[in-house]
Amino acid sequence: MRPQPSRMWVYLTPLMAVVITMIAGGVLFAALGKDPIEAIATIFWEPLFGEFAFYYRPQLLVKAAPLVLIAIGLSLGFRAGIWNIGAEGQYILGAICGAGVALAAYPSQSALIFPAMIVAGAFGGWAWGMIPALLRVKFGTNEILVSLMLVYVAEQLLAAMSLGLMRNPEGHGFPGSRNLQHYEAAHNADLITGSGLHWGVAAALIAVIFAYILLNRHILGYHIRLTGQAPRAARFAGVRPNRLILFCLGISGALAGLAGMFEVAGPSGQVSIDFNVGYGFTAIIVAFLGRLHPVGIMLAGLLMALTYIGGEIAQSNLQLPAAAIQLFQGMLLFFLLAVDVLVQFRLRLKRTEVA
Amino acid sequence: MDLSSINPILLLASLMVAATPILLAGLGELVVERAGVLNLGVEGMMITGAICGFAIAVETGSPVAGFIGAALGGALLSLLFAGLTQFALANQVASGLALTLFGLGLSALLGQSYVGIRPPPTAKLDIPLLGDIPVLGRIVFAHDWMVYFGLILTLAVWALLKLTRAGLILRAVGENHDAAHALGYKVVRVRVMAILFGGACAGMGGAYISLVRVPQWTEGMTAGAGWIALALVVFASWKAGRVLLGAYLFGGVTVLQLNLQAAGVDIPVEYLSMSPYLITILVLVILSADRSRAPGSLGRIFHASS
Repeated sequence: MRPQPSRMWVYLTPLMAVVITMIAGGVLFAALGKDPIEAIATIFWEPLFGEFAFYYRPQLLVKAAPLVLIAIGLSLGFRAGIWNIGAEGQYILGAICGAGVALAAYPSQSALIFPAMIVAGAFGGWAWGMIPALLRVKFGTNEILVSLMLVYVAEQLLAAMSLGLMRNPEGHGFPGSRNLQHYEAAHNADLITGSGLHWGVAAALIAVIFAYILLNRHILGYHIRLTGQAPRAARFAGVRPNRLILFCLGISGALAGLAGMFEVAGPSGQVSIDFNVGYGFTAIIVAFLGRLHPVGIMLAGLLMALTYIGGEIAQSNLQLPAAAIQLFQGMLLFFLLAVDVLVQFRLRLKRTEVA
Repeated sequence: MDLSSINPILLLASLMVAATPILLAGLGELVVERAGVLNLGVEGMMITGAICGFAIAVETGSPVAGFIGAALGGALLSLLFAGLTQFALANQVASGLALTLFGLGLSALLGQSYVGIRPPPTAKLDIPLLGDIPVLGRIVFAHDWMVYFGLILTLAVWALLKLTRAGLILRAVGENHDAAHALGYKVVRVRVMAILFGGACAGMGGAYISLVRVPQWTEGMTAGAGWIALALVVFASWKAGRVLLGAYLFGGVTVLQLNLQAAGVDIPVEYLSMSPYLITILVLVILSADRSRAPGSLGRIFHASS
């Protein structure tokens, strides 16, 4: 065992995990009867430097923004040993609340609508995140299970909304709300047309900077790190665990809610039954791959966005099944956790057992 | 609304069927947690078991082979978790989540060519005489054999933990792994075996959903059953008998809300579908005051040198 986590391996292991995942992914794609080199190149090269890269590069930001936003919030809790794995539900609630404000105000063109939506989106996610937080603080209920159960509740609520209350009155009875992309005051449009740079991307960047300052320069961030590394010492240092739980779950809920609101007002456009696509779960992978560090999460978010977009290209060009990409992303977290042993332990070849 | 269309006898009968998947998965997780390991990958192992069992049952035409295949599939997946947590000493919460995400992707990939197929029917165990008892016979004695397998497994797990030496060692490892190690028990070996057992049980539970309950294959069809099974273990205060009780309670809620949907109650279907999850949360809240029953070493990493 190493006396201290190895600095070198802390940075190297995520890269190693990506490389191993590429190799294992290649084997998987070969087993599916696709050319592995071509498939990997399609996923990782095509969106960035391929023929149609001008179209895909903006998409990269669009997909990375919600992942980074959610993962930043999750990482704060994960560092302190507070496991919010219901970000998907908070994301949905943020979208429902944000869109709710817009739909209630329709067809007003007031400039206040979009800011109000931002507040409502953050509030929706925050409130949904506060349910497991309060139950944990008041009754000691396990926040992992409660936050996850609330994902399924949120999914049902989403279905109820898109079939009932929020259904587009001019939608000829189809499920789904009005399309906010056609409602100028509420539309989360690109700040520079065609760049993919919408308000969600800006919010994600702000969140990264904010989290970095919080963790490195603020007493609260210090408390978060301390609680994760030595809960007992933290209590002696005057950290109030309950307050930390409320803060971490609240902030991660609010960020996930924001992500959902930006998504519903921009790229997605409407509240519909299949609005959520699992960003809340993928963000867990992003948070770990980024080493729970704000800058790392930003890079990991971009990488994960790349696999989404590259995966879509591979789907249409190579008929690679969508599930293969999902599996690919799952493998990434696996390999990361596996190679993490190098951070804490020194491997010696002589011994038969690892570590 | 026509509540009279709900037949209480059928309701109670289908309750046992609805409870079986979470009963099986819950029993497996119970053993895992009693050994001091928190495996949050139940959902992933269940869905993998669901597709493994479905595929094998369709290919061989034998549901029995399907359930065996599901157990193997679940155990194989749990082996990944065992490798991560017991040998690479990775965080158990993160590893469990990884297992679930991985299992969901894997099952979706494996299941592509099985969408819309009907599996071979699982044999009903028609117990002569007992099955003919007027009301009780239909409720209790006219199910497929997996329902009774679940009941026998409950008894077996209870006996294993309570009456055998192996169960004592398992509990010792779960309560205090350092002490168990000092006594010369193989902590890692015991835990790996417990994890494999948990994987096999979750796999069978998943296969029960795809082969009997639905019966069909759709992506993500376990829909949180694995997480409910995890909640069930907390609900049961880590006792086998109470897992059975809890499973029937949750099964009852599920069946009742389905019946209310069919009866056309004046509540939108979506709100009724939330009820099993909401009730799980409610039960967790009520029971979480008592944490004293949790195994002492639950979720902690064991390393022989420390």
